[in-house]
Amino acid sequence: MAGHSSTEQDPGLTLTTQQPVAQQRIVDLLQAAWAVFVKDLRIELRTRYAINAMVLFAACTAMMVSIGTTFIGLRRTEEALLIQASLLWIALLFAAISGLSRGFVHEEETRTLAALRLAAPAIAVYLGKFLLNLALLALLGLITSLLFIVLVRVQVGSPLAFLGMLAAGGLSLATSTTILAAIITRASFKNALFAVLAFPLLVPPLIIAIQGTAATLADGGGVVALPALQFLIAYSVAMFVASLLLFRFVWEA
Amino acid sequence: MDIRLIVEEVAASYGTRNVFAAVSVELCAGETMVVSGQNGSGKSTFLRLLAGLQRADAGQITYLAGNEAFDPRDAGHLIGWVAPDLMLYRDLTARENLRFFAAVRRISLDDHAIDEVLARVGLAGRSDDRLAAYSSGMTQRMRYAYALIHHPPVLLLDEPTVTLDERGAEVVDTVINAQRRHGIVVIATNDPRELRYGDLVLEFGST
Repeated sequence: MAGHSSTEQDPGLTLTTQQPVAQQRIVDLLQAAWAVFVKDLRIELRTRYAINAMVLFAACTAMMVSIGTTFIGLRRTEEALLIQASLLWIALLFAAISGLSRGFVHEEETRTLAALRLAAPAIAVYLGKFLLNLALLALLGLITSLLFIVLVRVQVGSPLAFLGMLAAGGLSLATSTTILAAIITRASFKNALFAVLAFPLLVPPLIIAIQGTAATLADGGGVVALPALQFLIAYSVAMFVASLLLFRFVWEA
Repeated sequence: MDIRLIVEEVAASYGTRNVFAAVSVELCAGETMVVSGQNGSGKSTFLRLLAGLQRADAGQITYLAGNEAFDPRDAGHLIGWVAPDLMLYRDLTARENLRFFAAVRRISLDDHAIDEVLARVGLAGRSDDRLAAYSSGMTQRMRYAYALIHHPPVLLLDEPTVTLDERGAEVVDTVINAQRRHGIVVIATNDPRELRYGDLVLEFGST
């Protein structure tokens, strides 16, 4: 129900209830978003639709890279570090894509979208799905990085900066893929649209993430990676805000 | 709650095929409308428009609740929708489903209240089974539990007794009669026995 603003006036006292109502609505929205996240996580842990695909893809990629290009991990030249970072983000990207769309696509496939649309606020659905993507990407980033460190023998020069870059890159991937998944779920020509939209949304942050990650692999490269980190955070914030504004139109299309 | 449903000159089509056009009707609390017609005449589409799950090609649908007017897309809290194409989460139990939908609707629903709703639709004792293990009739009963948890003033029922046995049909009869006392019921059906519920019958044309 839409909130009212009401004002009670007493001599010398003006009490407006607009702010508490607005605050309550935000709290309600966040609680609904958390419910969507918990529901999706519970289903994911039971069915493992996304996790299995993502981890398997990441493990296969790390294994193949380790067999074919172990020599790259042993080198510390600028080019070798760029190749290592590129391979890591390629593995992360494709593993993420194989699993991240599941949130919305699974709702479409199991025809539960209507029940969700009728009951849940659009923004809560977006936030819940975004949180799940973020959680899956955090897990995927850690697993893939460990596999690369062990199997490809990647050496991390600035571990803290590397983790920061992984987090910021993961955040930009999560913001992009969540709204992408929502759009392609509602679209008629899913594959074509996905390719058209994914390129401009995913490539720019990934290029920066690769360059930043390569810097963090070098000794003392944390400072060099700072602009990349700032760009990825700014990109994520912009994409997140745009998604919040757009999602209702996508959801109700 | 004082509730009114106003449908003005509503039309729907799929591609170049017009399903129906210029449908106007007004319902107040305590009234039941039955929408009947052949397969493909647009009964389910009409209910989806009322539920805000689909956009009308023309016309306007408005819910008046007290002094506020709502577009169907913003009226989820006013609507309980039961239809063959309403699917709930098969990998969750009945209790988990209801707890989730209560949470996103921001209503308080403890285990006792969940048990009450499930008992009302004839699913007592099956609350901790996953919906994947439910029969089609039990799934239909579960749709009623989903539609009733927030006590909506408007109940939209598309083929209300489909797949239900005799006891299930009695449950639906009880639900409809209870709803008619304080709210609006819209029923889309081909079953001539369900015409008896209608204070108003809206007959849709054939394909």
